[in-house]
Amino acid sequence: MTTYFTKDHEWIAVEGDTGTVGITQYAQEQLGDITFVELPGAGDTVKKGDAVSVVDSVKAASDVYTPVSGEVTANNETLEEAPETVNSDPETAGWLFKVTLSDPSELDGLMDESAYKDYVASL
Amino acid sequence: MRYLPLTPDDRTAMLAKIGADNIDALFADVPEGARLSGPIDGLPTHASEMAVERYMRSLAAQNLSAADAPFFLGAGAYRHHIPATVDHIIQRGEFLTAYTPYQPEIAQGTLQVLFEFQTQVARLFGTDIANASMYDGSTACWEAIAMAGRITRRDHAVLSSGLHPHYVSVAKTMAKYTGDTLDTATPELLATTDDDRVIAGITDATSCVVVQYPDLLGRIPDLSRIADAAHEKGALLVAVVTEPVALGLLESPGALGADIVVGEGQSLGVGLQFGGPYLGLFGAREKYARQMPGRLCGETVDADGKRGFVLTLSTREQHIRREKATSNICTNSGLCALAFSIHMTLLGGVGLDRMARINHARAAKAAARLAQIPGVSLVNDAFFNEFTIRIGCDAREAALRMAKNGVLAGVTMGRLFPGQDALSDGLIVAVTETVSDEDIEALATALAQEISGDAA
Amino acid sequence: MNAPNASGWKPQMGPAGRSETPTSSGDMALNLEEPLIFELANRGNCGVDFDEEPGDISPALASFARKSPVDLPGLAEPEAVRHYTRLSRQNYAIDLGPFPLGSCTMKHNPRLNEAVARMPGFADIHPLQPMDTVQGAFAVIEQLAEWLVTLTGMSAVAMSPKAGAHGELCGILAIRAALEARGDKRAVILVPESAHGTNPATAAFAGYAVENIPATKEGRVDLEALKARLGPDVAGVMITNPNTCGLFERDMKAISDAVHAAGGLVYCDGANFNAIVGRVRPGDLGVDAMHINLHKTFSTPHGGGGPGSGPVVLSEALAPYAPIPFVRRDDTGRLRMVEERGAKDLLPDSFGRMVAFHGQMGMFTRALAYMLSHGVDGLRQVAEDAVLNANYVLRSLDDVLDAPFGGSGPCMHEALFSDAGLAEGFTTLDIAKGLIDEGFHPMTVYFPLVVHGAMLIEPTETESRAGLDRLIASLRHVVTRAKDGDEALKSAPHYAPRRRLDETQAARKPVLVWKGDPAPAGEPTRSETGGR
Repeated sequence: MTTYFTKDHEWIAVEGDTGTVGITQYAQEQLGDITFVELPGAGDTVKKGDAVSVVDSVKAASDVYTPVSGEVTANNETLEEAPETVNSDPETAGWLFKVTLSDPSELDGLMDESAYKDYVASL
Repeated sequence: MRYLPLTPDDRTAMLAKIGADNIDALFADVPEGARLSGPIDGLPTHASEMAVERYMRSLAAQNLSAADAPFFLGAGAYRHHIPATVDHIIQRGEFLTAYTPYQPEIAQGTLQVLFEFQTQVARLFGTDIANASMYDGSTACWEAIAMAGRITRRDHAVLSSGLHPHYVSVAKTMAKYTGDTLDTATPELLATTDDDRVIAGITDATSCVVVQYPDLLGRIPDLSRIADAAHEKGALLVAVVTEPVALGLLESPGALGADIVVGEGQSLGVGLQFGGPYLGLFGAREKYARQMPGRLCGETVDADGKRGFVLTLSTREQHIRREKATSNICTNSGLCALAFSIHMTLLGGVGLDRMARINHARAAKAAARLAQIPGVSLVNDAFFNEFTIRIGCDAREAALRMAKNGVLAGVTMGRLFPGQDALSDGLIVAVTETVSDEDIEALATALAQEISGDAA
Repeated sequence: MNAPNASGWKPQMGPAGRSETPTSSGDMALNLEEPLIFELANRGNCGVDFDEEPGDISPALASFARKSPVDLPGLAEPEAVRHYTRLSRQNYAIDLGPFPLGSCTMKHNPRLNEAVARMPGFADIHPLQPMDTVQGAFAVIEQLAEWLVTLTGMSAVAMSPKAGAHGELCGILAIRAALEARGDKRAVILVPESAHGTNPATAAFAGYAVENIPATKEGRVDLEALKARLGPDVAGVMITNPNTCGLFERDMKAISDAVHAAGGLVYCDGANFNAIVGRVRPGDLGVDAMHINLHKTFSTPHGGGGPGSGPVVLSEALAPYAPIPFVRRDDTGRLRMVEERGAKDLLPDSFGRMVAFHGQMGMFTRALAYMLSHGVDGLRQVAEDAVLNANYVLRSLDDVLDAPFGGSGPCMHEALFSDAGLAEGFTTLDIAKGLIDEGFHPMTVYFPLVVHGAMLIEPTETESRAGLDRLIASLRHVVTRAKDGDEALKSAPHYAPRRRLDETQAARKPVLVWKGDPAPAGEPTRSETGGR
């Protein structure tokens, strides 16, 4: 499994042709207490860069852009009852949705963990 | 100038503190060509309180107020008795001169009122939740159509012909620009509502059906049948209530299957006011909370664990979501919501029931009396406090003559549907608890004269 | 001596100092808690008497009737008066002190206007009465319209919009109708990044895509960036002037000219018209449409969040597309409300109706009374005093607070500060909450978005110099605490009816209606026994 990062602070963990997408630790810190997560539906076809999910805090609503194109196969239903999981475990239990990659070459433009760390440090 | 505390000496001292030579220096950013050197021509200069009051009274005197004539107008705005307590409380400065409760620690008065208001509206409508109010019924109606579109991701709405024509007109204006399509029809002067037409119009592309209850003519559609038909096709039922007092007697739209219920709350606490400000009511199923337009007040606790209230779910709203907001609405009808809530609190469920029964009984009495007049026929089978009659001549002209003789007889179909010959003899008559037996007799007499005079 | 001082009453001061003992009621003298009506009231009670007994339900209605009354509690009149009076005391209000919310314009609400609006000839008339019976109401609308058109130097005014945001919608729909009438399908509205969120929301509500234009370092619209973006797809711009940074857009005329040259139209958000009324006419700056918040510039009460009123003045180019209904004087001199049918002849290109009936009459009467009271001379003084007061605040605080645009000259009606210079961990929110403890309503915070930790202070012309000095002294005190790292400030307010409220919990698990146990049905009530 390999994890990639975007400049918009999403991560995608890829195993075979399936990617699991969430927001990063840095993103959740910036947002503060998360109150609600709007998720894409299983079966939705998404295109890289689409705003497919929204993460709300009390005073902000932030779009989450899918880092890859493909079909959504699952979303994290537990967030409906417990959106705070995105605060406590953003890069594990707080994942948002899973997507079947239609074009794995889209991963090429993404950052690896150390590049993302450097990017965050530069902000 | 009685509203301005600064004295000339203050102004001089303050300019010195600022470091400006004169007041014009503070307007230096205005381009030279746009600076006005003195007061604008063509408008009067300041006036005393006494003079303004005298002048405004002279304008008010040119209007025939409802209290000065037997009064039977409704069709979306109703005259009810408002307890004196209501106007006293809404004029308390702490309510009247407060702002939107953005600092909840010092706005718990307004917030608790909104929470109570939301609960009252939800119970009246039979919905899970309600918001803190909209501008009025007509704009709430469009917002409901838009919300149904967001929920169903469809853009076709079927509107009953009994929906107030102004509400239809507002929806048409908006639909032109949003790309929604609306299936509308002109009402007919029949005893039955057009439930069959509405149901036949529902397809897999329908986001919602919009049905007024009771409708413009005072008739009562079968909401549960329409709800079933809508739900079968995955569409929502939007019920529109322009006379909330009716729900003291009629089953609530939510209980009959409506998914969104909107209405005009003016009947309770607000008054006629020539059409505004009024009070948009908006209730819905709880699962749609995050698709609702407008402000929502919610319960929470403070740092000491005490119960308190805040505006919540504001990420739906324009000040946060900007172009992705559920609506551009940026206010509510706060003071009107307060008035409604006080009136409802004085009534309680028991008082509302009683008020509604009196309204109904008075309307039934009036309908029976008017139906005795040769040439008058009653359109409705069933009605609450408003019904429609046909008078066999142009009702608009007749109503104008009756008004000149001091009787405000009702809203004419000709005013609402000008140029529609088939409707021109229709008169919508509203009868509330404010109407006396003498008023009914005065209307009957005036109407009989109109009809016989017209025949002569 | 016979029974000296039999009552036993002697004045006693008691020792100084405060008791730490909580009260048994939870109330503390004049600090009164108040339950919800649902917890207070007997479900069977009623505070309204009727003159007659309820009659039977007609058989035709029976099948529609509800089985039992709506489950709502009722309060007798004294209980109701107390409930709402006690609640009212938990509100801050302009009647209590300064309410310096930037861009919200909390000015004094004259009580004459309340009295005028309640005259039966205005308050107790139906919107669909025969037109001959409401000539005075039409006259109010006509005269208010004339004031608005004259004060703004525009061609026409649409009176029906219900609030500022509704007025914005009116203006944008007029723009869209005008463009479509010439077959021009433009899709984009440009909005400065400092704009109020309502602007982009409105443009989107009317079916437009929204793009931001950047601000200059001076806090004004970047004219060059705007010009670069203009083109055949741009329907228009929405610009607030004076802007949300409290500055006059010096380039407004150039902006309008550039937009017009590119085939677009100019919407001006008139939320801040109170700063320039009587001194500048937006019509002279090339504006095509502008809403006017009667509750801001013309002092109709905010009422804890509405009702507002948002008439929209229109240029010659947009006047043909104004909404219906509107008031016109006919050949015989009678005033008439022109509605759907009449508009086919008189205003065939109208974009249509926005609202049932004719607009916020109750606000029109108040606003007209305010205008007549001030007169055209007084309104000019209003703008001057509002601007003077704001600059006095700016220059009385810019040594302790960072004023990001303070160097670019005078402000208009509001002074903008940032959170720069506060001690580590202290925020704008702490300043706001500290000001609550000082007995003031806070300023607008975190808006506009272009300034970090923004504090926007609008004193309005209502404040006296002494009142401003008290506000300034308190602000300086609170800012000093935030700079000195006074930890207690982080948990302010300490003296308000509530401490900071948990907004996260409110949003995560929304409780929007009361769901507690209903109050028990008590003794037979007056209505059940038929007594009065």
